[in-house]
Amino acid sequence: MAERVTIIGSGPAGWTAAIYAARATLDPLVYEGAFTEDNRLKGTLPLGQLSLTTEVENFPGFPAGNMAGYLDSSIDESKRKYMAPHGGHGVSGPELMELMRQQAANFGTRIRTDDIVEIDLSKRPFRMKSLGGDEFESHSVIIATGARANYLGLPSEERFKNLGVSACAVCDGALPRFRNQPVVVVGGGDSAMEESTFLTKFASVVYLVHRRDSFRASKIMAERVMANPKISIQWNSEIDEVLGSEEKGVTGVRIRSTLDASKKQELPATGYFAAIGHTPNTDFLKGQLQTNAKGYVVWTTPQRTYTSVEGVFAAGDVADDYFRQAITAAGTGCMAALDAERWLAAQGIH
Amino acid sequence: MSVVYHTSSQNFSRDVLSSPVPVLVDFYADWCGPCRMLAPTLDKLAVEFSGKARIVKVNVDKEPELATRYQVSSIPALVFIDDGRIVAQSAGAASEAALRKALSQMTGAAA
Repeated sequence: MAERVTIIGSGPAGWTAAIYAARATLDPLVYEGAFTEDNRLKGTLPLGQLSLTTEVENFPGFPAGNMAGYLDSSIDESKRKYMAPHGGHGVSGPELMELMRQQAANFGTRIRTDDIVEIDLSKRPFRMKSLGGDEFESHSVIIATGARANYLGLPSEERFKNLGVSACAVCDGALPRFRNQPVVVVGGGDSAMEESTFLTKFASVVYLVHRRDSFRASKIMAERVMANPKISIQWNSEIDEVLGSEEKGVTGVRIRSTLDASKKQELPATGYFAAIGHTPNTDFLKGQLQTNAKGYVVWTTPQRTYTSVEGVFAAGDVADDYFRQAITAAGTGCMAALDAERWLAAQGIH
Repeated sequence: MSVVYHTSSQNFSRDVLSSPVPVLVDFYADWCGPCRMLAPTLDKLAVEFSGKARIVKVNVDKEPELATRYQVSSIPALVFIDDGRIVAQSAGAASEAALRKALSQMTGAAA
């Protein structure tokens, strides 16, 4: 028998959709992603981008406080014992995601630690295949596979992820380790402008490293950056290596000139922010859904999570290249579950 | 925390090189999220292969020498050792099914 609703993805959108669908007795099936080296390298392991961040200060309902007892009592022991020790003040990205997953599981959500690698949206019910070999059909699908931040791909970046390397200034910039300290941003587009400007609120100086001699960012944003005395632009430069140590995390970067690779310079910094864009995780869709110019799935109806294929709904960052927040992803996850529920009811599928 | 045994350079010879059964060595660090995600699988397989194979962990921050000796450049890194020799290696994240297959092959060959 075909599934009623299959949710692909395990970030805030996927779990929120699962919580709503499970409570609507739709018996949702979630493919949370496979634990593979490919996913690790791409930053697409289960629990999504938030699981790669540290403290989450802007998710409503989680003011700073010690959550140890709450985590102990709410998360299943088999999961809890493998989690990192609680920091003692506020919720961390991985903790928030485990909490959401647990909440979805509590309402009977079935969870597969596997990737959907093939999906046929040409006829209903939709046929899917997983990496692990599952083959099944589903009357409706919620695509909540998110996006991944682009990194340069340096081993030293990987080494210090969670130790000063970040691809989200808005998420991490306000943390104590970056306050009144120099930080580095790499990039030249709108997101690099936005992240640099945002970081000047906390950092002593922001080194903005860009490989060309002009920004491709919008004029207004670039002008704001160039007029900001706390931003030091390193034109015609690229990152040679992120420097640091195990105890201190990031301590600086070495940059080299794009005009003369022998010209290298070290910049001290407690943080390194990659702002070279995001890529939506849509490869498995193989172009079957309408996307925008940047490759993000398009919502075809205002105020609805409908995609270009009836019965397929999209939620979270895979359909959002603008807000990209945990709370907005959770919001659209809820919307997708309600859309799916009403659509299924209209089809007479209960 | 993990139920898998943690070894050190001091005990490596006894725990791994002279082991009567094949050994899967998991090189990991506390700051490595994917290592944390791999841990439940290794715990499960350690129980499943109990008596047939050993699974041990090496913290690369505490045992840099071992990490260097086995040329660990990214973690998690899994090294399969039988009779003191490396028989297989697997870089990074690996599924439960893949690891079970690798362990079965290794223990089959050893029997």
